[in-house]
Amino acid sequence: MKGKNDDIGADKRLEMYRLQVEIRDCEKRAYDLFLQNLVKGTSHLSLGQEAIAAGVASAMQPGDLSFCTYRGHAHTLARGVPMEKVLGELMQRDNGLMRGKGGSMHLTSIEHGVMGSYAIIGAHLPIACGAAWRAQYLGKTDVSVCFFGDGTTNIGAFHEALNFAVIWKLPVIFVCENNLYMEYTPISEVTAVPHPAGDRAAAYGLDRIVIDGNDADVVYRTMQAAFTRARAGEGPSLVECLTYRHSGHSRADPAKYRPAGELEEWLKRDPVKIYRARLAEFGIAEAAIAAIEQESRRKLDLATEACKAAPMPPVELLTTDVYADGGWAWRN
Amino acid sequence: MAELTYRDAVARGIAQEMERDERVVFLGEDVAKAGGVFKATVGLYERFGPLRVRDTPISEQAILGAAMGAAMTGLRPIAEIMFADFAAVCFDYIANEFPKLRYMTNGQLGCPLVVRTGNGGGARFGAQHSQSIENWTMMIPGLKVVAPSSPLDVVGLMAAAVRDDNPVIFHEHKSLYAMKGEVPDGEIVDSLGTAKILRPGKDATILALAMMVPRALEAAEALAAQHGIDCEVIDVRSLVPLDTQTILTSVVKTGRLFTVEENPRLCGWGAEIASIAADEVFWDLDGPIVRITTPHIPLPAADHLEDLAIPNAARIAERVSRVMNGSQR
Ligand SMILES: Cc1ncc(C[n+]2csc(CCOP(=O)(O)OP(=O)(O)O)c2C)c(N)n1
Ligand SMILES: [Mg+2]
Repeated sequence: MKGKNDDIGADKRLEMYRLQVEIRDCEKRAYDLFLQNLVKGTSHLSLGQEAIAAGVASAMQPGDLSFCTYRGHAHTLARGVPMEKVLGELMQRDNGLMRGKGGSMHLTSIEHGVMGSYAIIGAHLPIACGAAWRAQYLGKTDVSVCFFGDGTTNIGAFHEALNFAVIWKLPVIFVCENNLYMEYTPISEVTAVPHPAGDRAAAYGLDRIVIDGNDADVVYRTMQAAFTRARAGEGPSLVECLTYRHSGHSRADPAKYRPAGELEEWLKRDPVKIYRARLAEFGIAEAAIAAIEQESRRKLDLATEACKAAPMPPVELLTTDVYADGGWAWRN
Repeated sequence: MAELTYRDAVARGIAQEMERDERVVFLGEDVAKAGGVFKATVGLYERFGPLRVRDTPISEQAILGAAMGAAMTGLRPIAEIMFADFAAVCFDYIANEFPKLRYMTNGQLGCPLVVRTGNGGGARFGAQHSQSIENWTMMIPGLKVVAPSSPLDVVGLMAAAVRDDNPVIFHEHKSLYAMKGEVPDGEIVDSLGTAKILRPGKDATILALAMMVPRALEAAEALAAQHGIDCEVIDVRSLVPLDTQTILTSVVKTGRLFTVEENPRLCGWGAEIASIAADEVFWDLDGPIVRITTPHIPLPAADHLEDLAIPNAARIAERVSRVMNGSQR
């Protein structure tokens, strides 16, 4: 057994486990609700990728900003947004984060530093640069974190943003969740280098950082270093986290394109399982672990019931907040 | 009172706002040390320094994305897209990001920024550096869109655009940069969503925008002198919000409506106004609504061909007089 008092410590580890369990439970529930036709539209789960959300969020400070993608439930929950607010938005109810006006791909909660979830591939990398520019300009110490997938490294905005962040030395961290696939095509079939983010870092004068994204401790430590660098005014980092999604790309995808056995191999490296074992390894009592799991399920059931009971958004919302005056008038 | 060029008015308007509000920052390609390829931002870098006036790489997506990120977290950025045609390479921000942010987040976030861009033809730059793209931006809910036609309006509408809490696309006309006009001293703040009657008249209403405004005014003088037709010329100035009150009041008064548009014909801004007039003041019309536009073609480079394409005073006057004399076309 390793020592209890390594740099991470028991409290942080319990927090990271709690986040992973809550995300896992909530994502599974989202899938169940979809099967019941209670989640409409589309949704993109982070099952299997929980360690990244937990590890990054645990290294963040209040005031730091998250810029997520359509696959953003995990990152939104990890910043402390209540499950009810997330599930409510997935169910497009009035109790959702944006009262049903955004939907699952656009989760936003500014009070938690979740500055939006973006569904046009790559768009939010430059946007995160802008938020970081604001911090730099105003002399603030907050850091902007931008999450995206492996597929996103092949769009122009990725390259524009990296160059821009480096030349302006912006306090922004780019976190690439390499889950091996874009939608259905393996990233290796469409990318000039084996590591879509890491192998491009050198082109922008950045360190090549490729890590195990299924181990929250590794993610956490890597991010701590990146935050230290950003807050010291030393500029951006690009972190490639290797991971795997256990489900299809979106709710419509049975993921038939995966070679036989691939999922099974990755299930052996399930981040939640890995982390549960880690806690035990550090001598954290089974009772404390079980309590986290029970509490997660209790909160989730309450949130689910609240969402099922919540009304649909009122019709007045159709035309609110198109313009800053709160309305939609385009003429006098 | 000073005589300023349209290009100097751009710098004056930006400077007025940067002086007033520390949150106003300005970025774009070659805009700082070089003062812009159209020399419209000369002196801003020297006056406000390298933290507020910034040269960027040739990265239109990064320019607009960064402006958005800064705007949604508290700054008031002005971003330049050198030629309006280049809006097409960063259209995601113009079409999907800026204008949807407030709505999708149920009002949690806003995007108070200005995109200035060199719009329009007449400079013999050919099909990819001459387009009038005001209609591309008009069609998107959530944006505001202005296109000033004089140095005074440049200063006043720039101030209004910067102070507005919405994303504003500010179309500067490339061929007007050398135009001179009187601009009073002191702070000037105009308001978005207001058209201006530049020449009162009783027989017909002519709507124009940007470079079409001086041409419509010239045509109106010719129509009065040669045909005794007294035209009311309105500078639309703001496509969104649209000052339909000023426009429709004029149409009701004159009974005739002409639009003069530099954008290619299909879905040009005048089509929307024509449909509003047809819906709302049809019974006050005394004749067909007529749109005078650039034909539905890419713009050629050769000067005599470009001049044939873009409406000019002679073509406007000829068309208005024929239609006013009973011809359908
Ligand atoms: C500009 C753009 N092109 C295509 C799409 C459609 N699309 C949505 S998700 C996706 C795959 C993205 O892959 P990756 O970046 O690896 O993220 P992941 O979904 O694996 O998390 C694609 C192609 C899009 N939303 N935006
Ligand atoms: Mg992927």
